[in-house]
Amino acid sequence: MLPTLNGRIQTRIFMLVVLGGLITLLITPVLPGDPGYSMTYTVLATVLVLGVGWELAYHGLMQWRWEKDWPTLFGLLNAINEGLLVWVLLELGVVPGLDSGVPLSTFLVMFLVIWVFIWIWTNGPMRIFNIRWRFFGGRLV
Amino acid sequence: MAVIDPSAGTVFPTPGAQNYLPSQPAAGDLTDALLATDWWTDELVASAGIPIVDVPFVSVGGGIGSFVTADYLRIGGVDTSQIRILSALDHPWETYEYLTRVSQIPRGERLRSDSASRPDNIWGFPSYAVSEAWRSKNPATLWQVLVEPTFADFYTPKAGFVFEQIEREAKRIRYDEMLAKGLVRVVRRRAGGGYFTILTPPDGATATKRLAFRSQYVHLAVGYPGLRFLPDLQAYRTEHNDYQHVVNAYESHEHVYERLMTTPSTVLVRGGGIVASRVLQRLMDDRLLRGAQTTIVHLFRTFIDGPNDGTGSSTPHPFMKRKGADGWAYQGFNYPKSVWGGQLKAEMRKLEGAERAAKYKVMGGTNTPYRRYWQQQMNQGRQEGWYQLAIGTVDSMTPHHGRILNQLKTAQGVYPLEVDFVIDCTGLEADIAEHRLLKDLLDHGGAGRNPVGRLDVDRNFELKGTVSGNGVLYASGSSTLGGYFPGVDTFLGLQVAAQEIQADLAKRGFGKRIGTVRSTSQWLKWFSGKQI
Ligand SMILES: Cc1cc2nc3c(=O)[nH]c(=O)nc-3n(C[C@H](O)[C@H](O)[C@H](O)COP(=O)(O)OP(=O)(O)OC[C@H]3O[C@@H](n4cnc5c(N)ncnc54)[C@H](O)[C@@H]3O)c2cc1C
Repeated sequence: MLPTLNGRIQTRIFMLVVLGGLITLLITPVLPGDPGYSMTYTVLATVLVLGVGWELAYHGLMQWRWEKDWPTLFGLLNAINEGLLVWVLLELGVVPGLDSGVPLSTFLVMFLVIWVFIWIWTNGPMRIFNIRWRFFGGRLV
Repeated sequence: MAVIDPSAGTVFPTPGAQNYLPSQPAAGDLTDALLATDWWTDELVASAGIPIVDVPFVSVGGGIGSFVTADYLRIGGVDTSQIRILSALDHPWETYEYLTRVSQIPRGERLRSDSASRPDNIWGFPSYAVSEAWRSKNPATLWQVLVEPTFADFYTPKAGFVFEQIEREAKRIRYDEMLAKGLVRVVRRRAGGGYFTILTPPDGATATKRLAFRSQYVHLAVGYPGLRFLPDLQAYRTEHNDYQHVVNAYESHEHVYERLMTTPSTVLVRGGGIVASRVLQRLMDDRLLRGAQTTIVHLFRTFIDGPNDGTGSSTPHPFMKRKGADGWAYQGFNYPKSVWGGQLKAEMRKLEGAERAAKYKVMGGTNTPYRRYWQQQMNQGRQEGWYQLAIGTVDSMTPHHGRILNQLKTAQGVYPLEVDFVIDCTGLEADIAEHRLLKDLLDHGGAGRNPVGRLDVDRNFELKGTVSGNGVLYASGSSTLGGYFPGVDTFLGLQVAAQEIQADLAKRGFGKRIGTVRSTSQWLKWFSGKQI
């Protein structure tokens, strides 16, 4: 029912690579600002790398909760802090591999579409495909 | 009429047990030679005249635990002819519905487990909240699961909906074809591998008094070994032959609420768990909505008033702080949420012996969910003086002019309290040895006890020490509490066990592995309601 730290990291990587990768492939041509694939995939990779760090932070916070849980709503709202950090780093130009700035509209649409999609997927349909996943802390391997 | 099986040491009845109780010596009964032998040969059983039925897998109990295990096996491709569920029940939810109904969760009220704890659906998707929203065309339950537990109480499903859905799934997996009615007397290991499970069918249903199921695999899901009264309450009842005024929440006690509607009275409620909460809600609803004039005295043995853990420490570790107030320890479900897959599940899986027992203690302890509606009722009751708290124990009880005089022992000394009714909500569970079948397994089957005293199961829910050749004996539910996985006595826990058991059996060649392809195709069948 609830994932472990290891499971959360695994699930996050899996989701961002597989689902995130697929969504990016599909939506890049229709995103505002006309970005190229190298730009959108770089953004996706940034979200992924920072995400692992965020998981460690959430895990620390979770220890203060008796249930050792992370409510569903938090998982949705974490889009705000995580999105902001990615955006700040993009603005500061410290993300490697980008030749030009990423337009805000491009980033917002892409980030939110992927986030909401993955959030819904992990909170439901994912269980259809792997019956062990929910009882084994969200671990895939 | 349902009677109480005298051997079970329990307050709740076994349906139709009188039909199973030994009456006359009859053909095909257990012999002294059989009872004295730990390993049975085929000849020994045959010489007693007991007919032998061959089936690869039997599940004993026929409650929720047997149901979810059979569900997993059927979804794993095992035919109904390969499974027998040995039970006195007609429907898997029967005992559970009895217990919830009398403890004040009738079909229209909500249970205590979460949206994804679905005994009728091994995937837990769609969850109850989604199904309920879809059915009622009302998104309120979706909103609730979205914002729980921070901005709303945890969503929990209605009892009636859960039972209807189990009924649907039972039809889908053809549960009835697997059911063999009767009470199981013993399970013994068979010389040469596997087990004999001795069933006592209803009187007259078979030519012999017993049937022997010869199987490679056995699964035990017998529920509570027994639910008992507090000893002082039981003593009062038998001594004064008064079964009307002192009742247990797990026995039918509707007459109490009926009397309270007509006669202003005082009720003593004992206990601080979910059952006490439910009984209080019933008493308070009757008072606030239906005009009863009941005064409630609520006796806590342990009074919790702040952060706590299961060891009773008032200064728990910052990472082990459960909320508490006004006597109660508050927790959404009967364990911290992460025991069903998260951090606590992973930690417990590694612990042995005393360390494991200690961990159980920290996260255990009586608790109840914080529900906003109950808080309002209790606040109003406290302000208006008809809901009073007491802390301590009861020294003695005596009848007094048709009422019951309790001597309450508190920190301030002993003082008298006269009440009209006592409702025991302490839900004391009996020792496993009080269950005849489990005791026999301890004495003759090689089973042992875990660090908290219940049946010792391995990580795959195999009952340690009971292996018999190529046969395996599994157990799940309350009688296995204290193992590597903590939440065993819950819907989800029974499903965790069923998943492990199914996977273990598939490895041994009984049924198929439920991988992505099977899981997906079976889910589609579940979704469309296709019978398998
Ligand atoms: C009041 C109450 C409320 C609960 N609410 C929840 C909840 O909201 N959510 C949740 O997840 N869990 C809940 N539980 C816990 C648990 O999920 C249920 O008790 C569940 O029914 C346990 O299933 P089981 O198969 O172990 O036992 P049961 O459903 O009780 O089935 C076991 C059956 O085996 C039978 N049996 C015993 N011995 C023999 C024998 N020798 N031969 C044949 N049959 C035998 C018994 O008579 C019984 O019918 C609750 C428990 C109680 C008491």
